[in-house]
Amino acid sequence: MKRIAGFIAALLFATVVFAQEAPDVMVQRVTDEVLDLIRKDKDIQTGHTQKLLDLVEKKVLPNFNFTHMTALALGKEWRKASPQQQQQLTAEFKILLVRTYSNALSSYKDQKVVYKPLKMGAADTDVLIRTELIQPGSKPVQLDYSLEKMDAAWKVYDVVVAGISLVTNYRDQFAQEVRNGGIDGLIASIAAKNKSLETAQAGKK
Amino acid sequence: MMNASAVLGWNRHGLRSALGACLLSLALSAAAAGGGDDESSRDPYEGFNRAMFAVNENLDRFATKPLAQVYDAAVPLPGKVGVGNFFGTVGDAWIGVNNVFQGKFGDAAVDAGRLAINLTLGIFGLFDVASELGLEKHDEDFGQTMAVWGVGDGPYLFWPIIGPRNLRDTAGWVADISVDPIGDVSSIPLRNSLMALRFVDIRSSLLPTDKVIEEAALDKYAYVRDAYMQRRRNQIYDGRPPRLDDY
Repeated sequence: MKRIAGFIAALLFATVVFAQEAPDVMVQRVTDEVLDLIRKDKDIQTGHTQKLLDLVEKKVLPNFNFTHMTALALGKEWRKASPQQQQQLTAEFKILLVRTYSNALSSYKDQKVVYKPLKMGAADTDVLIRTELIQPGSKPVQLDYSLEKMDAAWKVYDVVVAGISLVTNYRDQFAQEVRNGGIDGLIASIAAKNKSLETAQAGKK
Repeated sequence: MMNASAVLGWNRHGLRSALGACLLSLALSAAAAGGGDDESSRDPYEGFNRAMFAVNENLDRFATKPLAQVYDAAVPLPGKVGVGNFFGTVGDAWIGVNNVFQGKFGDAAVDAGRLAINLTLGIFGLFDVASELGLEKHDEDFGQTMAVWGVGDGPYLFWPIIGPRNLRDTAGWVADISVDPIGDVSSIPLRNSLMALRFVDIRSSLLPTDKVIEEAALDKYAYVRDAYMQRRRNQIYDGRPPRLDDY
């Protein structure tokens, strides 16, 4: 009996693994879903920032690997940080990135998204999904996502808008903060930035 | 009248190309001297640049941005699209020439096709019929061409009005404006109006990114500088830059 249960469990596990959503399908599903919700929501359109942040947090966040993103933004210093510092830094950077990504998405909400075909091998664990935002009267804007294969699913670790990585664009700023006040100084700076944005947002309402 | 403007045009071109040649040789020597990759070597004139950045921020806050906002609010979308298409078509000829300079003859042929279609079917470039027919718009300028030829970035500079440009791209920009068709419009008031309109059109298209940068940056100067560097690298490699090191 135990054996059969084990077999069934293994079978179920295998099904889950094989049923893992392909990275390009995932990006398209999430992007379409979020843009659709933004377009339908009158509150977000009129500048209800918190609602937009909540939406991105709920729909997009589970598909991002923030630890990898934070490591990528910090560069070499990441390895020198203690596990606790890494954790704190990731938590603060996550808040900032969600806001940046939300702002970027909502400023392009009227554009049509075109998904470029993905060439991917079965053994690939790291892929680049290319999309384009088409806007009348100007050049299309490139919007690319880097994804890596994790145990459970594919996760995004970099978002690149018009060639500019929302993640690595922080490298010099982070390095500067670390030079001035160490990793803890950097954590404090990002926390202060998050706080001031939150206050400004509350003041506007 | 015709002669006078032709002569003036020549003088203007002569002056601009002399300036361009000067900057180009500067860029070449800077590229040869360029070495390390850390922040101070990429931005050796940071003090000057930050001062210019502050000047530009104020200029933008009190003049350029309000103007762009008025334009954005007052002109209906089809009008803005027409303006964008028109200046896009004006730029396609030089884009095609740069594709030839870079040995991308297929892309250059597309640019020539775009120009022919949009000037005729697109009614003097007001409609981008070519894009609808699948002739994709390219993004080239002389700074990118020089980069493909092997000219290095040179030091990073921040200019009032024209914003961030490394030394190579500053020289490239001088070359770009010296062949700018709008610069050859013989009626001076019309020429100036077109230049102003193009400037306002570009600024208004950037309005949505203001909030992104403002809220994302810990240090706006550094954020803009690094975004410029990443974007240029992306343009030089036509949207497919080789990966940089991880962490």
